[in-house]
Amino acid sequence: MASIPEELKYSKEHEWVAGELTSGSVVTVGITAHASEALGDVVFAEPPAVGATVTAGDVCGELESTKAVSELFSPVTGTIVEVNEALENEPESINAEPYGSGWIFKVELSGAAEGLLDAAAYAEVSE
Amino acid sequence: MSTLESPLYRLHVELGASMTEFAGWQMPLRYESDVVEHTAVRNAAGLFDLSHMGELMVRGEDAAAALDYALVGHMSRMGLWRAKYTMMCSDDGGVIDDLVVYRRDWDHFMVVANAANREKVAAELTRRFAAAGLDATVEDETAAIALIAVQGPASAEIVASMCELGADDIRTIKYYTAANILLEGGIHAFVARTGYTGEDGFELFVSAVEAREVWELAARHGEGAGLIPCGLASRDSLRLEAGMPLYGHELSHDTTPFEAGLGRIVSFGVDGGPKRGDFVGRVALARAKDEGPAKVLVGLAGDGRRAARTGYAVTDHEDRQVGVVTSGMPSPTLGRPIAMAYVPPQLAEPGTDVGVDVRGRREHMRVVALPFYKRDA
Repeated sequence: MASIPEELKYSKEHEWVAGELTSGSVVTVGITAHASEALGDVVFAEPPAVGATVTAGDVCGELESTKAVSELFSPVTGTIVEVNEALENEPESINAEPYGSGWIFKVELSGAAEGLLDAAAYAEVSE
Repeated sequence: MSTLESPLYRLHVELGASMTEFAGWQMPLRYESDVVEHTAVRNAAGLFDLSHMGELMVRGEDAAAALDYALVGHMSRMGLWRAKYTMMCSDDGGVIDDLVVYRRDWDHFMVVANAANREKVAAELTRRFAAAGLDATVEDETAAIALIAVQGPASAEIVASMCELGADDIRTIKYYTAANILLEGGIHAFVARTGYTGEDGFELFVSAVEAREVWELAARHGEGAGLIPCGLASRDSLRLEAGMPLYGHELSHDTTPFEAGLGRIVSFGVDGGPKRGDFVGRVALARAKDEGPAKVLVGLAGDGRRAARTGYAVTDHEDRQVGVVTSGMPSPTLGRPIAMAYVPPQLAEPGTDVGVDVRGRREHMRVVALPFYKRDA
């Protein structure tokens, strides 16, 4: 069973969100251990560009493994303020530490984030 | 259809494998990491469970002649203990399956078929033998046989060390040759120097009831040499780098061996050489050879990061679709996207620039010679 940290919030599309969910705050986004295991070794991450606006539930990038390619959904609505540049050379961080060094991008929320799941609810979705 | 299980199913679960359904079988997709498993086979050794592959035993006085008629290769010309890559084609020349045939005795061949095609191939062999009035039987022994592969540069030493009798045979047999070996613990194995990875390697056909013993023997003897268990994900990336076709991707009913670049395995007989009788698909295949292929299987390599995947459109410089990708992925060994695709003959020359529509965005790729990866001789 893949780990699901209690302190994070989750989307049904298997992204996690860390940080205050109020308008104007900056949250960090990545994919869950469950998603990274299903995808296999990530060899290429294409996050959205800094400055881009993203909408909760919409595709904002791609993750590619040897076996498959997966769309990256934004779990929140706002503006991209930072992307994890280290993934360019070390995309395997997404598998090794999906909740740590494998974070993908940071978003400044344009409104309070809604519709996210807590760890228990996500555990049911990812079963 | 009920799901079939390898005799090693429980072992894979114990090892923590991610299991996947493949052609009706529950098989290991990966144990931990696709790329680590891929790299182990390129640099040391990997251990694969291939028990989903079909083993069809063809026996009888006319076994060789019967296979000559049913398949596109000249099977009666094979020596004992030899293996041959061949195909079963339909009357119109389309590929029904690609096969490896082993000659285990003068009147006994083992036909190894893809899991998805096993039943079709068995039925078709039986039908063709009867149609030709030849004395040969087909028995599907897949359930009684486990197929365990040891692949990689360290494989010869590992398999030799597993032997009670026959270690010298393992070290000396040539590629596409087989031997009967007694493994440690008195286990009988039919061992062939064959594989699907582009590396040196061996395939061990053993009794299903002894599968676990053989797997654990290989794991124990291979540990020091860097052997790790490998799943079907790495098998697919290894075979693609080696430019080997996969049925359902590069090969299908709609493809002839000539289009797939494998026309050399179709034997029409040699003028003044050994006589080759009629075989199913002969007329259509002779025509396909004379006319030349309408599409050609090529390798594509990209400089970017985004990989072409099965079914993506190959486009020309005016963005018109001219072909289709059959397999593609980011190559773990080469560190760039590779793919195989069918294109028209005029675009098949290595160095030709093409595009691939990767989810709505054109990625530039170049036609390259196959295989993408060749081991040092």
